[in-house]
Amino acid sequence: MLPQNKRPAGIDEYVNATSLAMALEALADGNGTPLAGGSDLWLQKDSGNDRIRPRLVNINRVAELHGISQVGQRIRIGALVSVSEILESALLKDAVPLLPATADRFASIQIRNAATIGGNIANASPAADMVLPLIALDAAVKISSWAGKEVDRKIPLTDFFTGPGMTRLERNELITAIEFETPAAGFHAVFCKSGPRPALEISLVAMCLAGTPQNGTLRNPRICFGAVGPTPIRCRSTEKLIDLRPIDDSLIAKALATMQSEISPIDDIRASKWYRAQVARTYLEQELMACRSL
Amino acid sequence: MPLTVTVSFSLNGTKVTSAVDVTESALDLLRRNFDLAGAKLACGEGECGACTVIVDGRSRNSCLMPAPDIDGRTVLTVEGLWTEQGIDPVQQAFIDEGAVQCGFCTPGMIMQARYLIDRNPNMSEEQIARGIEGNICRCTGYKKIIAAVAAASEGSTS
Repeated sequence: MLPQNKRPAGIDEYVNATSLAMALEALADGNGTPLAGGSDLWLQKDSGNDRIRPRLVNINRVAELHGISQVGQRIRIGALVSVSEILESALLKDAVPLLPATADRFASIQIRNAATIGGNIANASPAADMVLPLIALDAAVKISSWAGKEVDRKIPLTDFFTGPGMTRLERNELITAIEFETPAAGFHAVFCKSGPRPALEISLVAMCLAGTPQNGTLRNPRICFGAVGPTPIRCRSTEKLIDLRPIDDSLIAKALATMQSEISPIDDIRASKWYRAQVARTYLEQELMACRSL
Repeated sequence: MPLTVTVSFSLNGTKVTSAVDVTESALDLLRRNFDLAGAKLACGEGECGACTVIVDGRSRNSCLMPAPDIDGRTVLTVEGLWTEQGIDPVQQAFIDEGAVQCGFCTPGMIMQARYLIDRNPNMSEEQIARGIEGNICRCTGYKKIIAAVAAASEGSTS
């Protein structure tokens, strides 16, 4: 029996979409919820929130949303690509090893086999792991909707999130793909994640640091944190501060102070604000120091 | 009244059809409609792996898989490991190594082990340990389970 404050999702229509057009039409009136892997959505179905709308639109059989491909320098990951497929992709291992490396730290194999990249983004958890490396890659989210025909738009992933569980995605829209440029030679990127045990953990703090090391500096740096704010946080001021400057002790100290002003960790069931801030500092310090010898 | 839909899928090698409530999980469907009690409901949120089954060749938490999405898929549960030759080598290894105590996690653990061995029969101990990150055992500890998976892997390559 469900606790009294919970009610099961009131679904009164089910659409098993077999094409992108069919999926978008079923979402067009804003009363549909797309169903992909289900590993986040099915957890919420009895929670009483309005995450699941009256029409459940299963998008798993939409061929257009599957597959990882490369055209020229641009890589496209379909919204339904699972975290396991990212981990196992030969194309990504070769072109962007950061993504398989992050996927390897994501939950468990069973969840990686279900969870999709589109879902990890749409669910908008401040602790979503796959989002950080994609922000570091300047990825764009491709979003589609239906207005008599397919209408597409793209948003930089870094601007996509507005709060915990909240995004710029409208109710009639569907994430269809993630796209980014293959990083140029010399691109360096690391993903760090802390949790209570080295397995199946929701990040207490996660960080992705990327850029191109060049004579003791880091050119065009990207510094992104997860689980230290209401959304994934990109530390733009810190990036600007360190760009092309020699990474000496004084710059690292300034970078840590600036970063601290850009994140806003909270106390919650998983960790304290103090602890999160300490881990964030440790990760940034450690990875900036590592850049010196690259 | 909850909305029901009809799903047809391959279950342990047999084509089956069933009506399901759209808000049910694949685990509910397997246990209630097909009396397959191997996969267990424990945490209900993907932490423990007691509900692990193999869907289209991928191990999944059946408690988090929406039942309507099972339509057209191929599902293997612990009950489907039985063949005319008897139980699966992974099951035999769990018996031989004493990797079972209360047995509640065992069907999920065995399905995950089967999945891991099918994908890589030459795992290191660390790879096995990482491979069962999503399966929790609260009584034997993991040493014997890891030994059983290692023994079953060896058997599959010899």
